[in-house]
Amino acid sequence: MKESGDNFNEGSSRRNFLKKVGVGVGAVSLAGIAVTSVIGGNKSKSGKKIKLLSTDGKLVEVDKDDIKPVGESVAELKSEARKGLAGRKFIMVIDLSKCKNARKCVEACQEGHMLPKDHDWMKLYLLQDDHNTARYWFPRPCFHCDKPMCVSVCPVGATYKRDDGIVLIDNQRCIGCKFCMTGCPYSVRVFNWKDPEVKVPAGYVYDPEVGIPQVEGTVGKCIFCADKLRKNELPRCVSACPMGVLYFGDLLEDTVTNGTETVRFSKLMTDRAGYRFREDLGTLPSVYYLPPYERSFPVESGLEGSDESVKGRYKNAGPR
Amino acid sequence: MLTEKQLLQDLTPEIERTGIRWYLTFLIFFLIFCVGIYALVQQIMKGHIVTGMRDNVVWGLYIVNFIFFMGLSYAGALLSGVLHLFHTGWRKPVIRMAELLTVISLVIGPFFIFFCIGRLDRLPFLIMYPRIQSPITWDVIAISTDLVGCFLYLYLSLIEDFAILRDYSDLQVKPWKKKLYKFLALGYTGNEKEKKILSNARNVMAAMIIAIAIIVYSVLAWIFGVTLQPGWHSTIFGPYFVIAAVFSGTGLLIILMYIYRKVYHLEEYITKRHFVNLGVLLTIIAAFYGYFTFSDYLTKWYGSIKMDSMLIDKLFHDYFSLFIFANYIGILLPCIIIAFPRFRSIRSITIAAVIAVTALWVNRYIIVIPTLETPFLPIQDTRPDWIRYSPTWIEWALTLAGISVYGMLFMLVSKIAPIISISEMKQEDKIEIMK
Repeated sequence: MKESGDNFNEGSSRRNFLKKVGVGVGAVSLAGIAVTSVIGGNKSKSGKKIKLLSTDGKLVEVDKDDIKPVGESVAELKSEARKGLAGRKFIMVIDLSKCKNARKCVEACQEGHMLPKDHDWMKLYLLQDDHNTARYWFPRPCFHCDKPMCVSVCPVGATYKRDDGIVLIDNQRCIGCKFCMTGCPYSVRVFNWKDPEVKVPAGYVYDPEVGIPQVEGTVGKCIFCADKLRKNELPRCVSACPMGVLYFGDLLEDTVTNGTETVRFSKLMTDRAGYRFREDLGTLPSVYYLPPYERSFPVESGLEGSDESVKGRYKNAGPR
Repeated sequence: MLTEKQLLQDLTPEIERTGIRWYLTFLIFFLIFCVGIYALVQQIMKGHIVTGMRDNVVWGLYIVNFIFFMGLSYAGALLSGVLHLFHTGWRKPVIRMAELLTVISLVIGPFFIFFCIGRLDRLPFLIMYPRIQSPITWDVIAISTDLVGCFLYLYLSLIEDFAILRDYSDLQVKPWKKKLYKFLALGYTGNEKEKKILSNARNVMAAMIIAIAIIVYSVLAWIFGVTLQPGWHSTIFGPYFVIAAVFSGTGLLIILMYIYRKVYHLEEYITKRHFVNLGVLLTIIAAFYGYFTFSDYLTKWYGSIKMDSMLIDKLFHDYFSLFIFANYIGILLPCIIIAFPRFRSIRSITIAAVIAVTALWVNRYIIVIPTLETPFLPIQDTRPDWIRYSPTWIEWALTLAGISVYGMLFMLVSKIAPIISISEMKQEDKIEIMK
């Protein structure tokens, strides 16, 4: 039932393909439509065949009369998005020794979630803890805390914690009080100060797992690409990173992967002395960091070749 | 004893006729209000991008005004409640103002939350999908309780006056107003039984609104206190906010007394004694308030916690003049003016009150804004012009509109109700007040 969001999200390639094979109805209208049993057809058939893309990606042909909409209400979609994937606990590991501010994670995130400019879910910080310590690049997604302050303070339950550890926002519920933004100690949340002007196809059903479209006057943040996870795919930032900085996985499976290598989470933590940012705050993040030891790139390379607008974002970087 | 006729003449200056001055003042307030409405329309049409608020400073002038007005309201409730319960002799001419101040501030305050909320259309969600874990839900419950309580308390104190106005045959007012008084007086005749019931009810409500005021303002403080943010995450915030509220409310009451006295020539009713008494109260509260402020900042400054140090550093650099004004001048100067009897005059006490109220507003500002400009992760990877907060004209216009509505509501109430309680004054000897 996630078809609408998925196809829509993946941009034009899949849609173009569908057009080529002559599925005029379009991918989006697949949402909310099910094919009734083709076997035992006593009913009258129109004889008109229609090509459709099934949920497992196969192209199938069915009679037009066999297509009828199922009662997929927004409420059902949301309740599914509120439960999360059973038996999973998603975690991310960020290897600080490999990051060079390539910003591909940011771009993929912006594009994938159709975010307006200056509404960044993924941020890259240039941190230096003290004069005597090293500078390092610090990618910061949402930490999807196990004790999330943002969820505690939300007055209407617009933001919530799922069984699989993901914290989502239902921007059709959000009243825009911004309490969660002051509650979050990691400045993760961003506000839609104006109309984001996202054009969604007619009939598209909003799903908090996809997060599209962002709505004026509501809060947005990294959602660990919950839509991708449902399809057993990696979050967009993880697949986009050319350096393999971001690892994503499941704590219960004790496995994380950056797309090219798959490693034991516990071993990675032990071998590389992994840690969580500001453990003292007690929010229990689901994002772990590996210290910037034996780096692949000098920290300065993160600003080389980047244009002024990017450089301007790090003007006040320095020891705190 | 004062005669009823004389009292009615002195204390209901606006009920029978409307002077040109009333219209002019009201027009000015109304024009400011219209500018505010225009600003609000702009904000609704274009989005919150027209305000100075951005992703770090997500709460700006609106929240500052919200906690400021709510503070005034709770102070009014505390003052009128305490003065009533302790039968303070000099309270009678000023208690009505304190009650009005409570209700009017309470009506205006929440509007600033409405301006701050991104989706005004979803406001009913607060009641449709409430989550009791959230301090905002506590606030919704607390403020609505307070609103009912304070309205009731004000109304109870007005019933006797409405009965007097209803029974006064020489009153030159339009028939609808007569009908209104008849309705609002609820058939009160003033016999012993009714008097007793009313008096009991007022005592109970006075005690209740004192308790509600303390709880409600603490809840408001906890909206800040429960977060992890440096400067907000403080155990002292509840009592600190309550004291700060009483400080500002006492100040505003003095200012109101001054305005009423001048405008309606109430020199015989509101005397220097009232100013001195409330001034002394202001000084005592200022001492407590200063002590809380000092204690809060001292512990942050003395320790070495990085976030606290950074906040203190910001306060003493970027916000130096505001900090000094709010926490030194605003507390010490009123104390000095009022503490020495030879500085005490009606005018100087009023000036002290103006300083106190302004300083408290600035204090709210430097509680809200600098903390939001000092997040745990440094403000980076964002547009450089989004880093510092400065309010836009939209926010200022709405702030001024709030103040103008304040004025308008006081003016409208003066058209219907006596500005000083007639029923209370009736029992009072004029000479006694003059002392």
